Amino acid sequence: MPTAIQCRDLRKTYDGKVEAVRGLNLEVQTGECFGLLGPNGAGKTTTIEILEGLLAPTSGDVSILGHTWRENEREMREWLGISLQETRLSEKLTVRETIELFASFYRQPRSSDEVLEQLQLTEKADSWVGKLSGGQRQRLAVATALVCNPRILFLDEPTTGLDPQSRRQLWDIIRGFQRAGGTVMLTTHYMDEAERLCDRLAIVDHGQIIAEGSPADLIERLGGHHVVEFSVNGASDGAALEAWKGLPSVESVREDDGLVALNVKQPHLTIPALLEAIDRQGTRLQHLTTRQASLEDVFVRLTGRHLREQ
Amino acid sequence: MSVAQETPTTTANPPQPLVPRQNGRWAGYRHLLMARMLELKREPEVVFWVFVFPLLLALGLGIAFRNKPGDAASVAIVEGTGSQDVQSLLARSPQHDLFKVQTLNADQAHKGFRLGKFDIVVEPDGKGGMEYRYDPARPESVLAKSEVNDALQSAAGRKDVVETKAVTSSEPGSRYIDFLIPGLLGMNLMNSGMWGIGFALVDMRQRKLLKRFVGTPMRRGDFLLAIMTSRLLLMVIEIGLLLVFGVLFFHLRVLGSVLSIALIGGLGSLTFGGVGLLTASRAQKIESISGLINLVMMPMWIFSGVFFSYERFPAVIHPLIKALPLTALNDALRASILEGTPLMQQWPRLLILALWGGISFVLALRWFRWT
Repeated sequence: MPTAIQCRDLRKTYDGKVEAVRGLNLEVQTGECFGLLGPNGAGKTTTIEILEGLLAPTSGDVSILGHTWRENEREMREWLGISLQETRLSEKLTVRETIELFASFYRQPRSSDEVLEQLQLTEKADSWVGKLSGGQRQRLAVATALVCNPRILFLDEPTTGLDPQSRRQLWDIIRGFQRAGGTVMLTTHYMDEAERLCDRLAIVDHGQIIAEGSPADLIERLGGHHVVEFSVNGASDGAALEAWKGLPSVESVREDDGLVALNVKQPHLTIPALLEAIDRQGTRLQHLTTRQASLEDVFVRLTGRHLREQ
Repeated sequence: MSVAQETPTTTANPPQPLVPRQNGRWAGYRHLLMARMLELKREPEVVFWVFVFPLLLALGLGIAFRNKPGDAASVAIVEGTGSQDVQSLLARSPQHDLFKVQTLNADQAHKGFRLGKFDIVVEPDGKGGMEYRYDPARPESVLAKSEVNDALQSAAGRKDVVETKAVTSSEPGSRYIDFLIPGLLGMNLMNSGMWGIGFALVDMRQRKLLKRFVGTPMRRGDFLLAIMTSRLLLMVIEIGLLLVFGVLFFHLRVLGSVLSIALIGGLGSLTFGGVGLLTASRAQKIESISGLINLVMMPMWIFSGVFFSYERFPAVIHPLIKALPLTALNDALRASILEGTPLMQQWPRLLILALWGGISFVLALRWFRWT
């Protein structure tokens, strides 16, 4: 399969001081949905805007479907659908007028009706953009990207600030595009979004990729399959924390908000041993849950921070 | 690499249109222009500032400075010996209806004069003569002094040696409103060029709409062309409205041809479009562009002869004033509208406009920031 997006040793320094991207390598295959996951300020937007050809890198190479921005910008624009992190479209135009406007820039756009239908905006076709809800606006932003029948869809934080229903609607749309053969590149700081949508993802922190792989793969490699969280009465200290690590099947231990969290491969081995150990200590269990490990666990494991922390 | 978590199970092809849509070379330009015009039409503020405000301004100023019979001079006579005589002399004079006379004590008379209530104070010296107190810096005071003197002298028996006859003239073409309307036209073209282009572009930049457009194959030249075209279309309406208004309400006489006025207006619009574009080429925030626009327009409001002739400024700076684009535009509009001067004779003014517009445009294209 041909490579859709490729970049090598990408660097971007603002004003000679702030290093937003520090040597980033990526390869996205055609038909893939690839996610850049990371906290705010990690360099995701800078990276995606360089890939979109909207920002010149300080150094490094980008190629999109085998072409580079320097040589072939106009042609490449015909293939890409872009939704920026925050574009305020003209409020006094209707939804249809906005889509028609964007369609007019491309040589062979899709029909507006079809795009309206796909993005569930048919009912709102004649409303002013200013009157739309947040979810509808975001769908319109994606509509302006999809109207050109793109080969690659770039989405920068497509669901930030949306309600759960609107997010799910957008996910369906993105998956539909991918199912029809499209390539998707998106950024997000939502774990669940990355887990649901992306075939592969790169975790970005401080302008560098710190882990890369499929969500399941990353979780398995770095998070353990399961997380057992519990608390006991009486303060636990570092030494106590170390002790939990000796339990069977435990891969790593951390303390998080007064809970002890164990990354565990096989909970059915760990939990009986845990209960036994607590019993032996003579302390009392106050709380115990188990859950599937998530990308959040991967991120915390890699950086020691939560994604939403600054 | 491992398999995606949610493997697509069905392969749904997006419905393909039977006949693929094909956009021509100018589709983008057409849609950009249409979108711009629709936006302007739907923005009540634009309609007010561009169309209604200049009319109100013309109406207000036209009424305030309309031609009316000269004001009566207000004369204070200081009480004392002889004040009765002065009063009766003035009342007997042929010009007696030009004066509003009050007799009062010296303190009140002088105080009233200081406050501008009286144009002149007449103080009889008690021996048949009198003293005029007037302010040479106040035109109405100077006028009152000479009129009062004339009236008193002729009432007292002075004979004029030369036969004179006065004819009044308030013909359309030489009134203040005639001077004002072309000036308002020019100012309006400057305002709407600077705001309509400068402000609109920075607003789009701040909204990241410019960046979004650049992410499409849109031709950047088409975008700027569409903005300029929308300006020209508005210009036609602006000029038409104000001229028709002047003709209907103030009996303005338009001597130049409509075509030459439209050409001057078009050139003026493009000039200020270029200046607006240059002003907006790098600003990121609408707050900063508002300041910049005012900074650029301020000297022209003052110097370019919108409300009063720049002849009032010292002659040394006239060449500088004439080099300003708004001065060139106002002069050209006045010459064309009021005197019917042909375009050919106006080439220096038109050249000034073209230079300002052209140089601004070229610089703007070099510096313009899309993101």
